[in-house]
Amino acid sequence: MSEIALRLSLSRGEFSLAVDTRLPGNGVTGIYGASGSGKTSLLSCIAGLLRGEPGTHIQVNGDLLDNEDLCLPPQDRGVAYVFQDARLFPHLDVAGNLDYALRRRRRAGPDTGQVSEWLGLQDLLTRHSAELSRGQQQRVAIARALLSGPRLVLMDEPLANIDTAGRRELLARLARLRRELDVPMIYVSHDMAELAELADHLLVLNHGQVTSEGPLLELSSRLELALSHEEQAAAVVRAEIAEHDPAYGLTRLDFEAQELWVNQLAMPAGTPLRLRLPARDISLCRERPQHTSILNLLATRVTDIESSGASRVLVRLAVGEQFLLARITRKSVDALALRVGESLYAQVKSVALLNDGRHD
Amino acid sequence: MAEALWLTLKLATVSTLWLLLLGTPLAWWLARRRSLATTLVETVVALPLVLPPTVLGFYLLIAFAPQSGFGQAWEALTGHRLAFSFSALVIGSVLYSLPFVVQPLQAAFRQVPDSLLEAAATLGAGPLDRWRSVVLPLCRSSFIAAASLGFAHTVGEFGVVLMIGGNIPGETQVLSIALFDRVEALDFTAAHQLAAGLVLFSLVTLFLLYRSSGRWAVRT
Repeated sequence: MSEIALRLSLSRGEFSLAVDTRLPGNGVTGIYGASGSGKTSLLSCIAGLLRGEPGTHIQVNGDLLDNEDLCLPPQDRGVAYVFQDARLFPHLDVAGNLDYALRRRRRAGPDTGQVSEWLGLQDLLTRHSAELSRGQQQRVAIARALLSGPRLVLMDEPLANIDTAGRRELLARLARLRRELDVPMIYVSHDMAELAELADHLLVLNHGQVTSEGPLLELSSRLELALSHEEQAAAVVRAEIAEHDPAYGLTRLDFEAQELWVNQLAMPAGTPLRLRLPARDISLCRERPQHTSILNLLATRVTDIESSGASRVLVRLAVGEQFLLARITRKSVDALALRVGESLYAQVKSVALLNDGRHD
Repeated sequence: MAEALWLTLKLATVSTLWLLLLGTPLAWWLARRRSLATTLVETVVALPLVLPPTVLGFYLLIAFAPQSGFGQAWEALTGHRLAFSFSALVIGSVLYSLPFVVQPLQAAFRQVPDSLLEAAATLGAGPLDRWRSVVLPLCRSSFIAAASLGFAHTVGEFGVVLMIGGNIPGETQVLSIALFDRVEALDFTAAHQLAAGLVLFSLVTLFLLYRSSGRWAVRT
């Protein structure tokens, strides 16, 4: 029974939250939504910090945490929570904070040495939390959560208050954790790029309601979702390393039997990758451009055209079995006389490599 | 005089222990809940701050009398008469010094963020465990301050003891009363010794307590 069953509702004045869904019992589920959409309330209910209304049912991989007859208090749920503000204990040093979780755990889990290595804490163990940067504090908080031996890990925008360099580092560490740790994770964020890196499954919350849910790769290119109409809209796709070209310092990727070039990667040929292609960085041409500095050119077929605001249009393009999104102006659509079903060339100006080595 | 000094120390120590034992849960309740009941209790606890000690002493004297309900219940329960006993002094001192212990603890408990208690709960700590492992260490210096205030205030107490103590050497005659006694008897040499002794004792006690609470404050 590998699933997380969630049924809960909550209302606070104007705000109401109603969720009834089943999430995968492994990997990372991303919860996406604007602030005020109920993401944090949902996590608080799962952790037992907030009490849902009657009818609540929370079950994690077969273990019942909350229903009409039983409502486990937070300390008995085995649900670890990484808060936006790390919430380290100020009277304990880093080792003391980690030990706090370790001494209270009731389930098997990784040891301190292992977790310290994952999160790069070896040199911080004797420091006090006040001496740590926000990024370091959050790393300690994540390590502490993992050491509590959880059956489920909740993360509430753990990168929110961290500078860019710290975010990138922590994101890479989280990507590694999701590969090495066999514990399901629910990761809340309002940043789609962050979720594209980590999540396998996605749940979109809007004003306390689930507006869409499904595998992230599928959801990212669906036009009817508000997701695709945001400034940062991007398609997430799978590709594989085909070969390296050391002379130019490039790597050729195999994407639906076509090629994409990226800066040379260290991984061997055959490695599966996940890529993020921002909609604003894709332009369309009727004929194959002859003289262009843009390296990445894909033969595509238009599957949907949808207006996105006053002047812009979102075009969904099929490449083999996968999809791209392109955001272009309405003027260009008219100039090209675009129709659904037509074949076009897509120029890809940027390719962001998401974390490596995962299997979708 | 040595007897009075010993009795004073004993009274202050016993009272401080009771103050901490009763004052801590009371302060926790007052800090964490807000209702008509808490405001009422808060008011009653603060009364000794504004009332002349003799008023409290007067009512206690009546309550402790052998013919009063409380006095009789006490005698039935312990087999000892309450009026003019050491136990009566302890009860009086605890009531009189309660605000000095409850208020600093209450202020400290309010400062403990709920967010840390929530974090502790998600890491597997139950209510008592959270209290012991988070609240207590975070409020350590306030506990020392509350205990020292309670202790010093009991040492300096006069009015309540005068009303309910009965001035029995070895049983209820504390330093402040003994001093009053000597002055009444125009024995100024002994009065000087007692007064100077009290000043010195208070100075040393407070100095030691502040020094240790300062050390804790730096460490936590």
